[in-house]
Amino acid sequence: MSLLLQAEALVAGWSEPATPALDLQVAAGEIVGLTGPNGVGKSTLLAAAVGRARIFSGRLTMAPGLRLALQTQQLPPVDGLPLSGHDLLAVTGAVPAGLPPWLEGRLGERLDQLSGGQRHYLALWAAIAVPADLLLLDEPTNNLDAAGVRHLAQALRQRAAAGVGILIVSHDADFVAALCHRTLVLEAPDVV
Amino acid sequence: MWSELFLVPFLTGLALAVVLPLLGCYLRLRDEWLAALAYAHVAAGGALMALVAGLPPTLGGLSAAALAGAGRHFAAHRLAGGASQALLLLGGWSVAVLLAANQPLAERLAQALFDGQLYFADSGRLAWVVTGSVVAVAGLRWLSRRLLLARLYPDLFRLRGLAPWPVRLGFDLLAALLLALATMSLGVMATFALLFVPPWLAFRRGRGWRQALGWAVIGGVVAYGAAFALALHFDQPFGPVLALLLVLVGLLIA
Repeated sequence: MSLLLQAEALVAGWSEPATPALDLQVAAGEIVGLTGPNGVGKSTLLAAAVGRARIFSGRLTMAPGLRLALQTQQLPPVDGLPLSGHDLLAVTGAVPAGLPPWLEGRLGERLDQLSGGQRHYLALWAAIAVPADLLLLDEPTNNLDAAGVRHLAQALRQRAAAGVGILIVSHDADFVAALCHRTLVLEAPDVV
Repeated sequence: MWSELFLVPFLTGLALAVVLPLLGCYLRLRDEWLAALAYAHVAAGGALMALVAGLPPTLGGLSAAALAGAGRHFAAHRLAGGASQALLLLGGWSVAVLLAANQPLAERLAQALFDGQLYFADSGRLAWVVTGSVVAVAGLRWLSRRLLLARLYPDLFRLRGLAPWPVRLGFDLLAALLLALATMSLGVMATFALLFVPPWLAFRRGRGWRQALGWAVIGGVVAYGAAFALALHFDQPFGPVLALLLVLVGLLIA
């Protein structure tokens, strides 16, 4: 399996270091989980991977020409906007094929008329169902019910089987344990 | 006779009634609808400064608005939170009123700019407005998906290697120039009314983005046509008739 992302003693942060040193590898077709207590810097590491947070020490290497997709905890600000599910998918270039049946039939509705869970899943889908080699997900199970979590796990397994590498930051221990091939627990000051 | 007197002004306003609601939708998407008033006032101030300096007012209005659009982009970090829009609005208004108070020639033009001077549009102005509208529609079509992606998924926008500054600067310049043209044709408040009310209603009622754009344009064109006819029939100034009509329609439909 080819290596997509490699972190070596990586310390990231914003104005000052906010994570312990981390060694991490994600290969094509692999699902890697990153867990740990709140505030330990899990999301900051993802932000560093996409160039939003600062790298203070260590190295972060990515495969040349790597296509990244990122799902963050911030939902797109759709309140009051005349956007349907079709619009949201078109904006990111995501494909509707594979959506759960309880969402597929509601793509024509305004996003601000969907339930919180439906909106969250659609926003998540729009971010990850795009052409990509590596998916970075930050707490993807937030606001999802059991059906949503099951469908997400199935969709991610299918992406991994197609050769996509996946890095998941989550505090949902059951989800991570059931889905990930490997899990790293981030604890200050070092990875255990 | 009718066509000689009113066809050219009607067509000038019609082009703006199509493109201003479209622009208003994208300003509303970015939470920047106040920028419409800001650019309109800056354009008015620039036109008056040019007049006093012996230059064509249209050139002055367009140049001032373009400078404001570019300046706003480059000072974005220092003037965050809508401050740039408020400062431009206040600055443009102050310059316009001071020039009008001290220069008799500027006073007449200032009144025309703030009240609207659509009936005085000639074929030269029509050519400017039609060209500007075509360029604006083409520009918005190119920018549309980028503006939506930048607003909804800023991280994904950056991950795809899209630089934010050409999109932001391009949109600011496009908005500034179009609003300058509209202000010098319709007046400050009629321009603002077309830019604010139809998109506001379309955002409340539209089920999707394209439908909302369509509703905004239809609303703008219908309101414009009705206001033009009413203003002529009752011999009233066009700008206030349009603004009042849109306010009433807005209260009825919202």
